[in-house]
Amino acid sequence: MSTSLKGAEGLRSIPDLLRRNKQAFGSAPAYREKEFGIWQTWSWSETADEIEAVALGLLEFGINEGDFIAVIGRNRPQLYGAMVAAQMVGAIPVPLYQDAVAEEMAYVLDHCGARFVFAEDQEQVDKVIDIQDRLPGFERMIYLDPRGLRKYDHSALNKYDDVVASGRAARGTLGAELERRIAALDYDTTCVMLYTSGTTGKPKGVVLSNRNIIETAKASSEFDGLRQTDSVLAYLPMAWVGDFIFSIGQAYWTGFCVNCPESADTMMTDLREIAPSYYFAPPRVFENQLTQIMIRMEDAGPFKKRMFKYFMDHARKVGPKILDGESVGLMDRLKYALGEFMVYGPLKNALGFSNVRVGYTAGEAIGPEIFDFYRSLGINLKQLYGQTEASVFITQQPDGEVRSDTVGVPSPGVEIRINENGEVFYRSAGVFVEYYKNAESTADTKDAEGWVATGDAGFIEEDTGHLRIIDRAKDVGKMASGALFAPKYVENKLKFYPNILEAVVFGAGQDRCCAFINIDLTAVGNWAERNNIAYASYQELAGHPKVLDMIQSHVEEVNASVAQDDMLSACQVHRFLVLHKELDADDGELTRTRKVRRKIIGEKFEDLVNALYGGADSIYTETEVTYEDGRKGKITATLSIRDAKVVPVEIKPLEAAE
Amino acid sequence: MKDTEGYVTEDGRQIGGVLMEMQNITLRFGGVVAINDISFDIREGEIRAIIGPNGAGKSSMLNIISGFYTPSEGQLIYKGSPRPQMKPYEVARMGVARTFQNIALFEGMTVLDNVMTGRLTHMKSGILSQAVWWGKARDEELANREVVEKVIDFLEIQNIRKTPVGRLPYGLKKRVELARALAAEPSLLLLDEPMAGMNVEEKEDMSRFILDVNDEFGTTIALIEHDMGVVMDLSDRVVVMDYGKKIGDGTPDEVRNNQDVIDAYLGVAH
Repeated sequence: MSTSLKGAEGLRSIPDLLRRNKQAFGSAPAYREKEFGIWQTWSWSETADEIEAVALGLLEFGINEGDFIAVIGRNRPQLYGAMVAAQMVGAIPVPLYQDAVAEEMAYVLDHCGARFVFAEDQEQVDKVIDIQDRLPGFERMIYLDPRGLRKYDHSALNKYDDVVASGRAARGTLGAELERRIAALDYDTTCVMLYTSGTTGKPKGVVLSNRNIIETAKASSEFDGLRQTDSVLAYLPMAWVGDFIFSIGQAYWTGFCVNCPESADTMMTDLREIAPSYYFAPPRVFENQLTQIMIRMEDAGPFKKRMFKYFMDHARKVGPKILDGESVGLMDRLKYALGEFMVYGPLKNALGFSNVRVGYTAGEAIGPEIFDFYRSLGINLKQLYGQTEASVFITQQPDGEVRSDTVGVPSPGVEIRINENGEVFYRSAGVFVEYYKNAESTADTKDAEGWVATGDAGFIEEDTGHLRIIDRAKDVGKMASGALFAPKYVENKLKFYPNILEAVVFGAGQDRCCAFINIDLTAVGNWAERNNIAYASYQELAGHPKVLDMIQSHVEEVNASVAQDDMLSACQVHRFLVLHKELDADDGELTRTRKVRRKIIGEKFEDLVNALYGGADSIYTETEVTYEDGRKGKITATLSIRDAKVVPVEIKPLEAAE
Repeated sequence: MKDTEGYVTEDGRQIGGVLMEMQNITLRFGGVVAINDISFDIREGEIRAIIGPNGAGKSSMLNIISGFYTPSEGQLIYKGSPRPQMKPYEVARMGVARTFQNIALFEGMTVLDNVMTGRLTHMKSGILSQAVWWGKARDEELANREVVEKVIDFLEIQNIRKTPVGRLPYGLKKRVELARALAAEPSLLLLDEPMAGMNVEEKEDMSRFILDVNDEFGTTIALIEHDMGVVMDLSDRVVVMDYGKKIGDGTPDEVRNNQDVIDAYLGVAH
């Protein structure tokens, strides 16, 4: 279908695509949202009408071309609509992370100088009101959910429904102006500005043009053969580039339906009800789901347990081959078909993956066991490698060439090169325009020929052409002995254990590596329950000697596996401790996309790092924590430090690395 | 406070006229006088707390309001006219809903079904048409379900809609009980120790919901609670009882500085 549209003129912006969809698929569903227990549906023509009404409402407020409009809230059709409405009037939508504390929002809102804000509910409205004195450009806020807001001062506050209604009424007077503004949009107009969470420093506003988004959406939709009848579940933060590409770029290009969950807590139930055909999740979500299944299987009866084990073993053997279309014996196929009926089908149904045709994971490395588990069930789970600056896609795995240790081949229209230090560079139609108000960073990242530095170190496999990523280029360092130090490589191996949620490995410039470990409360809590270990808090469980024993055995297994790698064998973990608190984005220890901020953690827990290298058995520490409402508190703990067995290896200096 | 215009609270809410008035209520169980000649009123739109040490007669008072006990002496004026002796279900039909000190939900039923039972007083169709679920019975159920879903949305329990109540933690059960009471769309909501046994976080959640209910639906709320911090923060006016007698009545500040109340809580020789 999309091939016939390739040459179509006039499709130069998202509002253009919206109008085409209204004509081409008028009554087909564009958005669904579960509300009051029922899936409410908006067709493409209803969506287009509502978005135009919002755009007219914005014109009534006197919005100018080039103004910024911030959008804060969870995935809701109205908020997606608000972004497109902003584009219609020539303004630039800026989606924000809804769980950001007011301080973080203040920086972003001030940096872009947002004049208007779309806020989902009272929580978001309150945050913006808290900081509005520091936002000279801020003028007016529009909210969706009126609950608790009735008594607020409405001089600079409007209800979304009222804006839609007054917009509709103003069509006669402002319709012509709206048409003029839509016609003025072209391929190089800014489509959206997204703030990168950034593992270091302040967030940067990445400016993406219509060209970036539409070209990328088109190429990637064709790569996976996405169709108008596909559906996705939109549950990842709207401020994240991936959600923008999936739920707006690709959805508007191919015309498929975007489904919004009822609330964050009902996501799993909603996933099951919708059973999307196109699905995206970071590895963490797949890990959590697998952990849940395994925990529930522990409680199943012996017959079910044995059946599950028997068929899962078989699936691991032949499942991925069947998915890749390789030759598999008739008996194995029959057994797999029986397994599909007895185990795989019901399991996929329980997970909401019955209809998944294309599934992606990205953002972090995924454990091979986890990856293989889903593939063996017949779920076409693939990996991609991307960045906000690339409008997501840099590389992705084509059907039939899927492996857990690579991130795939360059996406259509993307060129890749590796420089002499091993850093990956790319160039494509999706490459961002600039960092907003930050020419210096733009120049650092993107050169005159359009090549962008990813900041990741990697190499291209010679026989397959697949890209493999080792670590962040700046994190790759040397140890005192001159051996190569790649912390992420070890951390990922540790994190593949369900009991370990997060790990931070230190060792640059040191004679040996040490690690912080975060336990996974769900997995370890369940283990504690089954082993009659009583605990009252996360902190108590994390400090339990038996938990430490278990983590120690994991660390030692990882050491044995790391020792196998010639290049990285020096990165074995000599000493470790289990942290007394979960690393949290609210405390600045993780980014909003839950990536570890290595440097900040190193500084914040300096006493612990020193203790790891100092040789003490235990250490007393005080840590400041930030609660969800922004208040601060303090927790204290005495952590014990354990030595882990390491495999003796010959240290090779860094020159061997390539 | 016999006026009908009401008053304005500290935070600027307009409180209406008298919704229910207790006049010289006495309740005896044999020789035991549980409640001794108590009079007070509950006004439209206010949050009214009844506090007192254990055994003061608070729950008995709530049971009289809900029609479970009949006062030995005195009378209740509800919406301007004296209320005759009534069964609890008749009182419920008049717009009084309650939650219980010890959770009284149907453990084996889902949250949704439990909350639906709160709509029973609004269902008029006969047993036969309900059994075949056709025509009026069906329309009625759909309309009631809509109300229930709004309550579920309001109390943010969508994720446990289909979960059997028996599997829920205590704090959530309390919230489901509140949901069931709200589903009846009451004009007077009675809460018997809504925070009992909760941790701080659950108490904060519950307090927020109580305030939101009052604010959003204008529901009049009478509550019994032991947590003084909660009572003083939430309520507009407080009645204090001790040994079946009323020893104080007024705004939280007035009550806090009342010597009789201080004595009752700190203890003096009787």
